[in-house]
Amino acid sequence: MAVSAVGVIFSNIHDENIPELSRHRTMASIPFGGRYRLIDFALSNMVNSGITTVGLVTKYNYQSLIDHLGSGKDWDLARKDGGIILLPPYSDETDAPYSNRLEALKGITGFLNRRKEDYVVISDCDGVARMDIADIIRYHEEKRADITMVTHRERDINSNYFIALSPDETGRVRDLQINPIGSGDVNLYVNVMVVSREFLLNIIKDAIAHGLSSFGRDILAKNVDTLRIYDYDFDGYYAGVKSLKSYFKHNMELLNKGIRDELFGARDIYTKVRDSAPTKYFTGAEVKDSLISDGCIIEGRVENCILFRGVKVGKGSVIKNSVIMQDTVIGSGVHLDCVITDKNVVIRDRRHLSGCEELPYFISKGRMI
Amino acid sequence: MQRKKECVAMLLAGGQGSRLYALTNNIAKPAVAFGAKYRIIDFPLSNCINSGIDTVGVLTQYQPLELNEYIGNGQPWDLDRAFGGVHILSPYQGKKKSSWYEGTANAIYQNMSFMKMYNPEYILVLSGDHIYKMDYSEMLKAHKETGADCTIAAIEVPIKEASRFGILNTNPDGSIYEFEEKPKQPKSNLASMGIYIFTASKLFRYLEEDDANPESSKDFGKDVLPAMLNAGERMFSYRFKGYWKDVGTISSLWESNMDLLGDEPAFDVGDPAWKIHSRNPLAPPEYIGETAKIDNSMIALGCEIEGTVEHSLLASNVVVEEGALVKDSVIMAGSVIKKGAKVVYSILDENVVVEENATVGEESGKSSGIAVLGRAITIGEGVTVEGGKILDKDYKGE
Repeated sequence: MAVSAVGVIFSNIHDENIPELSRHRTMASIPFGGRYRLIDFALSNMVNSGITTVGLVTKYNYQSLIDHLGSGKDWDLARKDGGIILLPPYSDETDAPYSNRLEALKGITGFLNRRKEDYVVISDCDGVARMDIADIIRYHEEKRADITMVTHRERDINSNYFIALSPDETGRVRDLQINPIGSGDVNLYVNVMVVSREFLLNIIKDAIAHGLSSFGRDILAKNVDTLRIYDYDFDGYYAGVKSLKSYFKHNMELLNKGIRDELFGARDIYTKVRDSAPTKYFTGAEVKDSLISDGCIIEGRVENCILFRGVKVGKGSVIKNSVIMQDTVIGSGVHLDCVITDKNVVIRDRRHLSGCEELPYFISKGRMI
Repeated sequence: MQRKKECVAMLLAGGQGSRLYALTNNIAKPAVAFGAKYRIIDFPLSNCINSGIDTVGVLTQYQPLELNEYIGNGQPWDLDRAFGGVHILSPYQGKKKSSWYEGTANAIYQNMSFMKMYNPEYILVLSGDHIYKMDYSEMLKAHKETGADCTIAAIEVPIKEASRFGILNTNPDGSIYEFEEKPKQPKSNLASMGIYIFTASKLFRYLEEDDANPESSKDFGKDVLPAMLNAGERMFSYRFKGYWKDVGTISSLWESNMDLLGDEPAFDVGDPAWKIHSRNPLAPPEYIGETAKIDNSMIALGCEIEGTVEHSLLASNVVVEEGALVKDSVIMAGSVIKKGAKVVYSILDENVVVEENATVGEESGKSSGIAVLGRAITIGEGVTVEGGKILDKDYKGE
C-alpha cells in the first residue's frame, strides 16, 4: 500500500564518522556491499513503501551523490510530480550554510510547504537495514504520536553522537538521552523518524521564533514530557556505520546468508546501473566465501572478500578479508589481508599489504601502490 | 524547418526462431537470453546507439510480449529520445487491408509511414538474431563514398559453409555483380550478414514495386536485392572483419556463448569502448561460497554458488548447491541446480529446477548433442536427461 508521505534524506550528517571515506563524498554516497551506496538503502526503503517524492538535503561534497542518482530513474524516482528533489544549502549574503539539523530543516520549509503528503519520513544515511516504512507510519497513527523515532537494541555504543530512548511499556518515550555515559543495552535511535508534515512545520516555526539551535537537545530532549514521542523498535538486521572499523565489519557481515537474505531477499534494493559485463573467472581463479559484483575479472585467489564493480585481480594474487571498491586494479603476486581500497586504486605486482580487523589498512581513492 | 534523421534503422525481430526449439516456445528469437546477462537484441540495439543511430523501428510479430516488455521505452540503450528513439512496430490493421508481415521486405514496406516520419536519407536494415559489434557509421560512410544505392555488409565464411548463406560475388572495387541466395556451388565465400544500408528513396521505390508484384515472396534476399541488381542499381559490399555469429541454432547459440569465455575471448562483451547495453537485473552481487569451485566461467549478479562451475555461463540469480556440477553449459536467469545434480553440455532456460542428484546432458565428446531444458520446468530427483534431449515439460523419469 502506498503511503501519504514525503521522504527527507540528510546526506551529510555523520560524515565525521568515516573521514577516510567521506573526504571526497557525502556519507550518502559511501560505497557499500559490492554495488551499493549507503543512500540506496534509505531510498529503497522509501520507494518500496510507495514514497515517490524524496527531498535530499546536501551541504558539501555532493558531486558524487548527484552522479550516483542521475535523474533518479534507477529508483523509479524520475517523476513528473516529485521524484528526487535536491535541496542544497539555502543561504543569502548574511547567512552561512546550515550548521546543524534544525537549520537544515529551516532551509527546506519551502519544499515541505509545497508538498501535500500527510507525513514526512526523515532519514540519515548512516544505516543499512531493510525497513517497512509503511509499518512505521501505521504504528505512528495507531499511537497518535507526534513523533515516532525508530530504534534498534544495541549495546556498548561507540559513536561520537547518538541518542538513546527510554520508552514505557506502551512505547511512549519517557526519557531521551544524548550521548549517555555507561554501557549496556540501549534503544539506539537509528536516525529514521516519522512526523506529520504540519507538525514538523510547526515545530520548525516555533524553533525559529525561540531561537533554538539543536533539534535533538532543544526540541526532542527538552519536550519529552509534553510531546508524544514514540519508540518504534526495529528488530531486523541493522548496520550502523559509525567508523571505518564498523564499516568493515558490516560489509563482511554480508557474507552471512541470513543477513544477505534479509537485506536483499525480495531483490529490491535499487542502485545505479552501470551496464557492466558479468564477472569473468579465469582458469586458475580460486574464490571462496566472497561477494562479487559485476564487471570483475578474477585470475587469482579471493577469500572472504567484498569485491565491487569492475575490480581486477591478477594471477597469483591472494586477497583475503578485504573490501575492494569499484575499479580497483590488483596486479599479480599481490597479497592483501584486511585491506579496504577506495575507488580506482592500483596495486602493483608483488605488493604485500595487511591490516587487522580492528584497524583495516585503508588505501584512499585513486592511489597507486 | 522539417526535422529529420539522416539514418533510420529497421530491426527485423519478428522471426520465430523455430530451430531454437524449446527456447522460443513463448518468446521471439531476439529476446532469447545470451551471455549471462544479455538478450540477443541488445547487440544490434547497442550497435545502433554506439554508432550514433538513435532512431530504430523494431518489427515484431511472433510472440512479441516479452520482447516489447524488454525494450520498453528504450531507456537502457539510451533510445528514449524526444525525437526518434526506439519504437515497436507490430502488424496493424489498415483502412484498406490488414495483414501479417509476409516477408522481410513486406515488413519494412508496411512501415513506410514510420520511416517517412523522419524524412531519412538512408535506411539501415538489421536482423535481430546475430551476435556482433559493428560500427554502422563506418558502413554508412562507405555507402556515401561509393555512391551506392544499396550496401550489403559481408563477411568471409569458410567455403564449405558458404551454401548456408546469401553469397555476394563482387568486382575488385567491391561492387556486386551477382547475388546468390544459399547457392549449392558457391563461387565465393563472401556471405551477406543480413545488414543493408539503402538510399531511402531507392528503397521506397523498390519496396513499392515489390509489393505490386504478385510473384514476389516479399523477401530482401530473394526478391528486392535481385530486382535492384537486375535494374542496374549501384550495389556494393562492405567488408566486415570481426566476430559475427548467427545464433539461430542450438549449437551456434551454445558456441557463441562459449566464445565469451577465456583470457582472450573470441568475443569480448566487457570492452568499455563499445559497451553492450542491456536491462540490468535487480540483484545483489553474486555470492561464491566456501565449497565453490569456479573455473573459466562467467557469473552474473545474484547467483549463489556452493558447487562446481566449469566453462559455463550463469545468468542472474542462478543457484548451484553444494556438490552440484555445472560444466560446459549455459544457465539462464533464476535456475536452480540442487545438491549432487550434474548439468553438462546443456542449455537451461530461465527458472529451471534440477532436483538433487539428477543428471542433465553428457560430456560433449560422448553426447549426441546439447541437452535443452525449456523455461521453468523441473527435472525430478535422481532422474537422467540424456545428451541432446530437448524438454519443455517437467520430467520425472520414465
